[in-house]
Amino acid sequence: MARADLKLDATEARIATLDLPKGGTWITAARSDALARLRAMGLPARRDEYWRYTRPETLTQADAPAAALFDSKEPQVFDTVDRLRIVFVDGVFDAAASDDLTLAGVEIERLETAAQADIHWAKDLYGVLETRGQTPVDRPLAALNSAYATDGVLIRVTGHAPKPISLIYTHKSEASDAILHHVVRLEKGAEMTLLENGPAAARFNKVLEVEVADGARFHHIRAQGRDHERRAATHIFARLGAESQFKSFTLTVNGVLTRNEAVIEMTGDDAVAHIAGAAMGDGAFHHDDTVFVTHDALRCESRQVYKKVLRNGAVGVFQGKILVKEGAQKTDGYQISQSLLLDGDSQFLAKPELEIYADDVACSHGSTSGAIDMDALYYLRSRGVPKKDATDLLVLSFLAEAVEEIEDEDLRDEIVSRLTGWLARRGG
Amino acid sequence: MLTINNLHVKLEAEDKVILKGVDLVIEPGTVHAIMGPNGSGKSTLSYVLSGRDGYEVTDGSATLDGADILEMEPEERAAAGLFLAFQYPVEIPGVGNMTFLRTAVNAQRKARGQEEMSAADFLKVIREKAKTLQIDADMLKRPVNVGFSGGEKKRNEILQMAMLEPKMCILDETDSGLDVDAMKLVSDGVNALRDAGRSFLVITHYQRLLDHIKPDVVHIMADGRIIKSGGPELALEVEQNGYADLLAAAEAV
Repeated sequence: MARADLKLDATEARIATLDLPKGGTWITAARSDALARLRAMGLPARRDEYWRYTRPETLTQADAPAAALFDSKEPQVFDTVDRLRIVFVDGVFDAAASDDLTLAGVEIERLETAAQADIHWAKDLYGVLETRGQTPVDRPLAALNSAYATDGVLIRVTGHAPKPISLIYTHKSEASDAILHHVVRLEKGAEMTLLENGPAAARFNKVLEVEVADGARFHHIRAQGRDHERRAATHIFARLGAESQFKSFTLTVNGVLTRNEAVIEMTGDDAVAHIAGAAMGDGAFHHDDTVFVTHDALRCESRQVYKKVLRNGAVGVFQGKILVKEGAQKTDGYQISQSLLLDGDSQFLAKPELEIYADDVACSHGSTSGAIDMDALYYLRSRGVPKKDATDLLVLSFLAEAVEEIEDEDLRDEIVSRLTGWLARRGG
Repeated sequence: MLTINNLHVKLEAEDKVILKGVDLVIEPGTVHAIMGPNGSGKSTLSYVLSGRDGYEVTDGSATLDGADILEMEPEERAAAGLFLAFQYPVEIPGVGNMTFLRTAVNAQRKARGQEEMSAADFLKVIREKAKTLQIDADMLKRPVNVGFSGGEKKRNEILQMAMLEPKMCILDETDSGLDVDAMKLVSDGVNALRDAGRSFLVITHYQRLLDHIKPDVVHIMADGRIIKSGGPELALEVEQNGYADLLAAAEAV
């Protein structure tokens, strides 16, 4: 059988295990469109250009591989942060565990509720930003998500959110297979911080669509961890208006398979988009960052900063692209992807891409793999810092450029304390 | 304090012998200087004493207050009271100078079975010491040595020395890359640390540094050995006549 047929068979096999959720007119249309997109492209397979370094099988197969629950006495990240908590257990909103969903300048609604309406503001975004992100690279798992997501939140920000909105995921069933879809719309001049953390499910497919209107500012800090057997495919689709800001940072520790895709489209002049990731993997760890930033306006600035620390056979992947469209003059694009390999068993695979159709732009990119700097290690040890601690300091030093992308000092300290804790729990 | 006996060292990678029998005894409270032409083994001696990788001791010994330091890890040597001020201090992005110093101070205290210094106490002490070295608050906050000028890096080395309070300080060409004012500042910092229980080994090419940090004993090193030792006048002799005569005399022996 031809490869294309095999792919379609696999797609149909997966679809057969899912039910299209019921809902009102707007979402039913969005879901059936998404299903058509998915059928047209088929689920990812090994030979697809953007799946060469990451095996998609466990993300696409009909049933989710079981994942053991992670037991930790450590307090969860962001616990000390004053925030509005929205809790999902195995992909289902938990009202009792969540805070009251009212916040000045913000409308928060559960997807399941909004889906019952016949018209909704999210109609212009749900599956719409995802669709825009399907060209020129297929992202079938995101189309699957738009079709089958049963839960999520829709957030509309009209003012300055007085505190962060925090999505907290909890994993309670070893076989849970969760699909969540969130939509965030920041109106002109609005500002908010979105936090995400926690193990969501044995298998997790999440899409976050974010519209940042002119002059609005969106901050996103995410911590993926506490579930060693996690298999996750996440997508962020963002569209940026003039003079808007988008800043997203992701900390990833452990997890057998994590694929984080980000598709950012800069459509208004003078917009700023920074996306960063710090990942630490030990042993059975495969972490893939696939990023696509499109400049389609004047004087926009984008930064991609990805750092990975790998040991004991861990694998890191980075596929990052900057596309500068015709007319996007004075673009300032930057991309760096680096790995720190703590032993000879670990692996980092990087595919940086630049595609530029404007003649007055500054774009730079770099990718490196290296070991601990022996001179720096000796310097620290000569000051009395034991080898293990000195190595940990150098790991933090390596990750610093990514972590410093978090603007808020308290949140940055919170992430650093997680990194420090993770390192401290590991032997030398 | 520091006793080096017949020390032979080769480079692990190239099988190249660098030190060919160094003998040196440094008494408590004294300042020794080592001068010598390029390639004589001065920096190697400082690296071997502080425990840098890549060197193999093939013969001889080095002890600090009777303890064999060559068997120790670099951090153990530091905790035992040895300090090397680097010729080329290393830049460590993302680690604040203050965080680094506090980690080092407390690691040493812990290794010696002392209580760790509180953040408040540490801050008080470091501010005072930084002030005399004209190191401002910004330099303390910045990542270790990143973007520091040559002079700032050397001052930062002396600040580390002042905070760690070692008993045996080795200064490896601390004067290189310093202008006259910076040299004065660094020397004042070193002189402030001189006391009866602390010794110094100053490695330099130039007599000028020794005008500021007055040595008790001056050694001339050439081809992996100390070929002559004497008082401060020996440094002046080198400054005026170069090493040729000394080397020729050593050859003749």
